[in-house]
Amino acid sequence: MCFTQSFWALLVSGIENGSIYALVALGYTLVYGVLHLINFAHSEVFMSGAFGGLFVVDAVVGGPPSSGLSSAGLIALGTIAGAFFGAVAAFVLERVAYRPLRRRNAPPLAFLISAIGASFFLYNLAGKEFGTNPISVPQIYDEHPWFHLFGAPVLNTYVIIVVVALTMLVALDRVITRTRLGRGIRAVAQDAETASLLGVDIDRVIVTTFVLGGLLGGAGGFLYGMAINVSFNMGFIPGLKAFTAAVLGGIGNVRGAVVGGFLLGIVESLGVSCVSSSWQNTIAFSVLVVVLMFRPTGILGERLGRAA
Amino acid sequence: MLLHVEDVRVAYGGIEALRGVSFDVDEGEIVTLLGANGAGKTTTLRTISGLLRPRAGTISFDGQRIDTVPAHMMVRLGIGHVPEGRRIFPRMSVRENLMMGAYHRGDDTEADADRVFELFPVLLERQGQDGGTLSGGEQQMLAIGRALMGRPRLLLLDEPSMGLAPMIVTRIFDIIREINQQGTTVLLVEQNAAQALRLATRGYVLETGEVVMSDDASKLLADDRIREAYLGEGAA
Repeated sequence: MCFTQSFWALLVSGIENGSIYALVALGYTLVYGVLHLINFAHSEVFMSGAFGGLFVVDAVVGGPPSSGLSSAGLIALGTIAGAFFGAVAAFVLERVAYRPLRRRNAPPLAFLISAIGASFFLYNLAGKEFGTNPISVPQIYDEHPWFHLFGAPVLNTYVIIVVVALTMLVALDRVITRTRLGRGIRAVAQDAETASLLGVDIDRVIVTTFVLGGLLGGAGGFLYGMAINVSFNMGFIPGLKAFTAAVLGGIGNVRGAVVGGFLLGIVESLGVSCVSSSWQNTIAFSVLVVVLMFRPTGILGERLGRAA
Repeated sequence: MLLHVEDVRVAYGGIEALRGVSFDVDEGEIVTLLGANGAGKTTTLRTISGLLRPRAGTISFDGQRIDTVPAHMMVRLGIGHVPEGRRIFPRMSVRENLMMGAYHRGDDTEADADRVFELFPVLLERQGQDGGTLSGGEQQMLAIGRALMGRPRLLLLDEPSMGLAPMIVTRIFDIIREINQQGTTVLLVEQNAAQALRLATRGYVLETGEVVMSDDASKLLADDRIREAYLGEGAA
């Protein structure tokens, strides 16, 4: 078998990628849940978070590479900044690209075109303003293996990304299942009109849903940028993968997006070892095709979105 | 009067569904709107709730114009709407469905839920179950209970008997009477005219978007035209 030799190392990097996919996938699935619309500009929310986090970290980091507690502080700061800028981007997108169409009861195709247009606009704007060369996030901590898993080194970067991502995923799950806001989001997803009869302001729920997705996607953008680098078109492939993950898990299903994200990251990572890394995207999208052939509603089904 | 509807016109595209409907509901009454399919009964309730906008006419609640108020504000004003087909959130528990009824007030729902459970003890047994797993009658009880959670002064009920066994319908109608006796005004839309008229104080008959008759419920119940058209009895 192809991946037997370095199975654990591949698994670890798959989980790391998967946690980013999961964070971003939630943005697609949340918005789909309440609007039945794929926000194809979500990849630019991811990119906005990465740039936002980068600039904030750049501004704070002056001198020599910091260490210890201040490293942790900088990672947290970058993640929070990424989340913030992601949320702002998502908020603006909803206001500019979607709400005017909703007001006019535009057909679904109009939303799709608007999303693609907004996406082009945003990443070209980023390319114009910040240049088209990838930018590295300043090294805010020493990258080194933290421990070994069955002989495979586990980099601290991986641990940081997975821990931050899991924390946010659990927090989101709590919000959706336990809070009044979460009930409002689920109610709108299941039956928007009835929700409004019960006093739910649908517009407010929709914009909050975009912002929640933006928080996660923006934080994911910063983490990804920290591990690799930041560039104007960095959102495209991870965005597409995260969308795939959301569909894999069952679009509109919050836990499905998380399952889909991790599954996609792991399968992709293990699969690459059987062929070569240039096949990574092919493997990811093949998984989607195969799963959808046998389970058209995704692994966990469209639980949040579709009413029975 | 609590609710005053005056010369309301509503259209779907070019088709006029309500052609100048006027009626009143006084505090403490049960008023029923009768009529065949497509007469405009549901449209009337949806317009009162703000889901549809009248193209002409006025609606006032407690002396205040409400025909431009958005739907989600109605529950705050004191109007509860139990929609046609019950519209339970299928993937939420019974408890969560009830909590949705008090959404605008936040999370202070215990006392209200207890009142609903008193009216519908079966909901207490089912409180952890998903709404979608309830029977039709239980769903109707949940829909009514959910609307009561908003502490309405006026309760709009759209075809609460639809698709339910006669025994359950009787039970639901008994509870509507009880809710009314506890102080909630009721506007009831029904196809089941006989039972609705026995419950109501007054009734209005809609035909193709217009009020064609209105009277005390007991008089409508005795009226030959009503008996023939809506109670399924030949004119004697």
